[in-house]
Amino acid sequence: MSLFDELRRAIAAEQAVALASTLRPEAHLGAKLLIYADGRTLGSLGPGAPAEAVVRDALDLLRKGVAKTRRYEQPQTGELWEVFVDVYPAPQTMVIVGAVHTGMALSRLAKVLGFRVVVVDPRAQFANAERFPDADRIVVAYPDDAMRQLRLDEATSVVVLAHDPKLDEPAIEAALASAACYVGAIGSRKTNVARFDRLRRRGLTDEQLARLRAPIGLDIGAETPEEVALAVLAEVVAMKYGRSGGALAQGSGPVHVPR
Amino acid sequence: MDEVYEQVASWRAAGEDVALATVVRVTGSAPRREGARLAVSRGGQMAGSVSGGCLEADVYLHAQEVLETGQPKLVSYGLSDELAWEVGLACGGGVDILIEKLDW
Repeated sequence: MSLFDELRRAIAAEQAVALASTLRPEAHLGAKLLIYADGRTLGSLGPGAPAEAVVRDALDLLRKGVAKTRRYEQPQTGELWEVFVDVYPAPQTMVIVGAVHTGMALSRLAKVLGFRVVVVDPRAQFANAERFPDADRIVVAYPDDAMRQLRLDEATSVVVLAHDPKLDEPAIEAALASAACYVGAIGSRKTNVARFDRLRRRGLTDEQLARLRAPIGLDIGAETPEEVALAVLAEVVAMKYGRSGGALAQGSGPVHVPR
Repeated sequence: MDEVYEQVASWRAAGEDVALATVVRVTGSAPRREGARLAVSRGGQMAGSVSGGCLEADVYLHAQEVLETGQPKLVSYGLSDELAWEVGLACGGGVDILIEKLDW
């Protein structure tokens, strides 16, 4: 199997991998080393390459999900190496709790943005493949059960849309207790005052509740399900890059933040 | 699934040589980040992108040359580079792009 085929296999298996390419010295331009999350490697960057340091950096970049070129100087020879590390992290997942109309629009848009979509709702008449043809997984179960079955890692966003406290609140509680990078819940300001009170009574701390984005989404005046989905996804993206989501035309900072 | 790679795999399965262009360095403000990819088949098909559309035509020419010679290239575009200005990388940044024949 070629390195390229092995890379494709790992991506398809949702295995996080990094691919390093030598840029300098020029004699080894394009030489490749595939690096697995456990530190195993396949291939070679060329004779005398600083492979150990590259693997260390690659694992760090893989965790951050950032591709970068790094520069190395061989201590013995003083030879300068430059190595580009491309990263293929496990895919971003969006867990949609509540198989409602807005969830259908969100499922569609989230797929376009490259998310893996999981829909959670105990009502099979709502949570089904006819309504959610794009969903990668549909879990017909109460959120308390469903959230235990799911891996809520740093690459996971949880969006709570059911408009029903007995579905919403266990989902919010589980999501806030997890490593999920984004937790948001739909509802008006009034709904949210009552919701935050109930969540406090369930024992959630102010620190945990500070992570909950509710009312959900960026303030773009969203009305239709598709518009709400857009506002939610825009907020998820803004959060990933640590941005507030205002209009670039009204700001003065850089459009693309250097990483 | 990586859509560009899947496209590449189907070209390869059909017996076509493929060149890959990958953004390996970005300075300042640029439309795509490190890791952005454009694949070019020998027959002239393209998948993916390495810029907001301003560099693809020039990268395509380099890719065809790389397919011809088999020798990888590291190509730099930036505001100081007259060509980049001509091709319209006017967004204030510079990018280095590794262009290689997919022989690995």
